[in-house]
Amino acid sequence: MVSMSKIATGNGHGENSPYFDGWKAYETNPFHPIDRPDGVIQMGLAENQLCFELIKKWLMEHPEASLCTAEGVNRFKETALFQDYHGMPEFRQAVAKFMGKVRGDRVKFDPDRIVMSGGATGAHEMVAFCLADPGEALLVPTPYYPGFDRDLRWRTGVELVPVICESSHNFQITRTAMEAAYEKAQEANLKVKGLLITNPSNPLGTIMDRETLKSIVKFINEKNIHLIGDEIYAATVFKDPEFVSISEVIQEVECNHDLIHIVYSLSKDMGFPGFRVGIVYSYNDAVVNCARKMSSYGLVSSQTQHLIATMLNDDDFLHNFIMESKEQLFKRHKYFTWSLSQVGIGSLKSNGGLFIWMDLRKLLKEKTFDAEMDLWRVIINEVKLNVSPGSSFHCHEPGWFRVCFANMEDNTMEVALSRIRSFILKNNESIVPRKLCRRSSLKLSLSRSLSRRMDDFMSPAGIMSPHSPLPQSPLVRART
Amino acid sequence: MGLLSRKATCNTHGQDSSYFLGWQEYEKNPYNEVNNPNGIIQMGLAENQLCLDLLEPWLMKNPDALGLKRDGISIFKELALFQDYNGFPAFKRALADFMGEIRGNKVSFDPNHVVLTAGATSANETLMFCLADQGDAFLLPTPYYPGFDRDLRWRTGVEIVPIHCTSSNGFKVTLPAIEQAYRQAQKRKLRVKGVLITNPSNPLGTTMARDELDLLINFIEDRQIHLISDEIYSGTVFTSPSFVSVMEVLKDRNLDQTQVWERVHIVYSLSKDLGLPGFRVGAIYSNDPVVVSAATKMSSFGLVSSQTQYLLSAMLLDKKFTKEYMSENHKRLQKQQKDLVSGLEKAGIRCLDSNAGLFCWVDMRHLLKSNTFEAEMELWQKIIYHVKINISPGSSCHCIEPGWFRVCFANMSESTLKLAIQRLKSFVSSIGMKSQSHQELKSLRRKARNNWVFRLSLQSFYDREQDTTTKVSFSYRPHFMSLSNIAATLDAAA
Repeated sequence: MVSMSKIATGNGHGENSPYFDGWKAYETNPFHPIDRPDGVIQMGLAENQLCFELIKKWLMEHPEASLCTAEGVNRFKETALFQDYHGMPEFRQAVAKFMGKVRGDRVKFDPDRIVMSGGATGAHEMVAFCLADPGEALLVPTPYYPGFDRDLRWRTGVELVPVICESSHNFQITRTAMEAAYEKAQEANLKVKGLLITNPSNPLGTIMDRETLKSIVKFINEKNIHLIGDEIYAATVFKDPEFVSISEVIQEVECNHDLIHIVYSLSKDMGFPGFRVGIVYSYNDAVVNCARKMSSYGLVSSQTQHLIATMLNDDDFLHNFIMESKEQLFKRHKYFTWSLSQVGIGSLKSNGGLFIWMDLRKLLKEKTFDAEMDLWRVIINEVKLNVSPGSSFHCHEPGWFRVCFANMEDNTMEVALSRIRSFILKNNESIVPRKLCRRSSLKLSLSRSLSRRMDDFMSPAGIMSPHSPLPQSPLVRART
Repeated sequence: MGLLSRKATCNTHGQDSSYFLGWQEYEKNPYNEVNNPNGIIQMGLAENQLCLDLLEPWLMKNPDALGLKRDGISIFKELALFQDYNGFPAFKRALADFMGEIRGNKVSFDPNHVVLTAGATSANETLMFCLADQGDAFLLPTPYYPGFDRDLRWRTGVEIVPIHCTSSNGFKVTLPAIEQAYRQAQKRKLRVKGVLITNPSNPLGTTMARDELDLLINFIEDRQIHLISDEIYSGTVFTSPSFVSVMEVLKDRNLDQTQVWERVHIVYSLSKDLGLPGFRVGAIYSNDPVVVSAATKMSSFGLVSSQTQYLLSAMLLDKKFTKEYMSENHKRLQKQQKDLVSGLEKAGIRCLDSNAGLFCWVDMRHLLKSNTFEAEMELWQKIIYHVKINISPGSSCHCIEPGWFRVCFANMSESTLKLAIQRLKSFVSSIGMKSQSHQELKSLRRKARNNWVFRLSLQSFYDREQDTTTKVSFSYRPHFMSLSNIAATLDAAA
């Protein structure tokens, strides 16, 4: 009996990890402020839901973006036929402009180097196909986004070698760590083709400083390997220090530009994961040409290209959006981290991303990943929060958890915080610093009004949107 | 650079094929009725532009669909966040129903067996990743869509072994041809994982007869391999015989729910039937839940934009509209095809009898200086540069007989079609072949056939090894190689 391929029948899709138990718990019992107030709150989902009102308002004022006007309907035919894998020029120009703005206009991006892909998921796979043969390797600093195991390895046959980052260095990448990983790859007879960094980092929420970036660029240049910079969270940096992109650093450091590639998407910065807008930006002409041909497998719908081009070409809107988004993220982050600190829970100091890297090492029964899993199950089943355990991000040290804060309304956030408080107080009084106990600062006032939109978690007929930290929902099994 | 992957540096993307090079020439000098009346007319692009005017009134009547609203209320946020790889349930239901309608509801499709992909390009590649390992092979009847060389092989490492079909029987698939291909694969030490057919055929424009489908089902049952039926043109069947899907044949033979049922998979898309290639809507339909599951996970690399799923679910759920649209679509396709066929006939050029697709398979063998592919290329160059029409030479579709060309007719107005025919007529009379009757030519060809059939090896003219440069030994080649920097239009609309 001729079977399916090894790729299809293996586990390279990465969905069989026990990590997804949290998803199951959420899926079977999702929180709803009215219908299911005791349900599991989804905090394992890195989505940016804080600025939709602004976008909706803009859409109302610009029906031409949705091809909804009489002129728009005439444009419909042109749009429906447009399948050129170069992408609409106005789309590429708008994206290039947006990317520049997000970097404070300190760099200019060339629209002709912009290549479309099926989300950042498609972009990463495409870049791996372009740069590495099966059996070759990419270095990736830990902790890293779990989806990389699938995106970079599954169908490409490429290997990932971790660059171990430790809490003692605030999880920053060091030269030593990079060298160690490179050597480890050599010992395992793996040819290293590149280094992939995510900056701002997922799951850390931190940005790399200029010196670290320079050191990384120097490293890859010396080794003559590629540098892939996943900058998907670039516009989520909500306070200083300012985001520094590798596109800026290569202007300051001697390096072979043919080695430099950026992966981007609108899923996090704009909050549009459903529109599948992924971008590969390469300084290497051959990679641009190759990626462009490969983009046939995941072009951005022309309908979406048109919408995005119109939206991002509105300078005023862009400026307002970026500012508003930063402000909302800042407020949410500040409130969340402060509330956690009130019960003695710390997190890595961060200034970007849609999550925090929460430190629960003190709550572990012992310093092991088994203990981390035990704690995690308690958080899911008793505290009823889906958070992501550090081990799923290949973190080298147990006890860290990624907790997302930008994918929910204020009132849901309050519920989540009160559950955390109760849990800490009930089970771990010893870890709450005495001064905080004395202050009894547990009565936190609701500083935000309840949102008017209570239907965020309701499923209108015909729309189901289970989410996941991966850009698809692994738990909604294909109905067979 | 030397630091890129083998996939990045090889030519398996197939873009140096004459198929794409013709497009590049068109791009340099595109015909425009007003601005460039002497430009090249594009007849190498299988797009359906005949009915897009019908979409506009529907869109005006249903502003919520484009406006991302439901009952007038914005659902932008829900759509912007919707990234579930299982797809929009309403869209999959609508698509499954639409597929059933196209097949006269003789078969029905279960939405849970539909996997949405970014176009048929992605669907075909994904199926390869699911069904075959690197170095395995799929058998494909020739002539076939040139894009398969890239879609099925490039990143997957899967090989294509051709099942050669000839004009002696209207290019139908025969058992000897399939078996010959299978033996060829074995000789090359390739494990055959399945057969891939395009039905209706690109480039032939014909639908497969029931006996052909029976033959294929028997073959895959016997060898226990897969059958992929790319039915992307199923909605373009404009005259009898009506379309028979492989699913229908399986059902009629009571083979549903058997093992062979699970090894038959369909590829579909809205790019041809509805004329919406820009929206990137493809689908895999499989009766095997394991294939559905694996393909669904892989679809992460190329999901359909939720904005587009929403628009098209509204459109396809309007069954009255889709019925009227498809009926008008068939009428217009039939008329346009008739105009082309009769116009070409007046120029002494015959076409393969066709009842579907957006193109005709045109017999220009009598216009060749010799029965060779070199002569075909020479003729093709003349047609591009002197007649100023881009058509696709049969060799780019791996046809083993020189002299056939695919000519598209659904991507232009009536007047442009008339002009193209006029140009061809003038060209034919200028080379003085008009007087020769087809009968004379037929007997000449029969004599010549014995020579060239055995000269040509049964391996595809673009014989290739894994990941090596496509070898084409034409003297004109250096000229086209210099076009490597020129942007190529996407081939997905083939």
